[in-house]
Amino acid sequence: MPRHNTSVCGACLNDYVVEQVKRAIKDHTMFERDDRILVAVSGGKDSLSLWDILMRLGYDTAGLHIQQGIGDYSEESHRKTVAFAQSRGAELIVHSLKEEEGAGVLELADLTDRSPCSACGVMKRYNFNKIAREREFDVLATGHNLDDEASRLLGNVLRWQEDYLAKQSPALPATHEKFVKKVKPLYRLAEREITAYAVVNKIDYVIEECPMSVGSKMLVNKEVLNRLETDAPGTKQAFYFGFLERQKQTNLSLEDEKIQSCTRCGQPTTATICSYCRILEKVKTAP
Amino acid sequence: MRVLLQHPRRETEIKGPKTVGQLLKRLELLPEAVLVLRGDELITEDEALKEEDTIEIRPVISGG
Repeated sequence: MPRHNTSVCGACLNDYVVEQVKRAIKDHTMFERDDRILVAVSGGKDSLSLWDILMRLGYDTAGLHIQQGIGDYSEESHRKTVAFAQSRGAELIVHSLKEEEGAGVLELADLTDRSPCSACGVMKRYNFNKIAREREFDVLATGHNLDDEASRLLGNVLRWQEDYLAKQSPALPATHEKFVKKVKPLYRLAEREITAYAVVNKIDYVIEECPMSVGSKMLVNKEVLNRLETDAPGTKQAFYFGFLERQKQTNLSLEDEKIQSCTRCGQPTTATICSYCRILEKVKTAP
Repeated sequence: MRVLLQHPRRETEIKGPKTVGQLLKRLELLPEAVLVLRGDELITEDEALKEEDTIEIRPVISGG
């Protein structure tokens, strides 16, 4: 772990990872001991490791897997997620876009002239929130790690997207009665540390990258940050943690955002009709 | 030694590097972006490699 100028054995790595997650939960009051936590699980290293850690810590969890319909990649993601849940006797909710929405991510992107990542993002965010609320979970946990957050911050700063900067937090409160609280308990851990945790604990995750993410801005930003990190270990942590400190002292506030109910589905949105309903309308009217 | 790489999945033979750090330099890979495994074991940059080793280089970066 170059940013800590040390190497650790498997047992010490587990202790370190679990301690960082416990600290994240405590520092941001993410959830309480008796809360029900819905963990968004893709089948990748981050989300499966997060679920593993929360179960290890004794929290009441269930997994939610969205089947995106991206060919073999989605099939393998589904298979590995189901196998993980079965091996631990954990509850898993599976939501198939093809079955529930009538089209997978690729078809949705084609119908709406959106990028696959944009269509996927809308479908995931909508269903994560809706399913968490319907099934009466207290909080939704995602596997975003330090690299994800630093990369996202870099993208937001490069374009000075202040509205996004206000929302970039390890814990987002439910700012509308139909929003569930959202948390990122892995934000203190580097992507490399989480991958090492998955390897050491023999978590069978999808190694293949989503074929739609090739050349994405997120990957480019991560590569830039990793070049900086290699030259100066600790750069990503200093960048993101420094942002969180400064965020506390600024006027960036979620309360400025006007949330209303979508006139079609009633789910919370900043527009009259939410992005999800606008996409679904294209599916319904497709020839 | 035999080196397994991902994204895309492929295999190559490399001669010469004595340590993991030298192998990564030879392949022009950032240590921060990968983990290196020999069998099930994670190995560090200063670990010595043998000609008969099979090494897996696993990317840690995901873009989703």
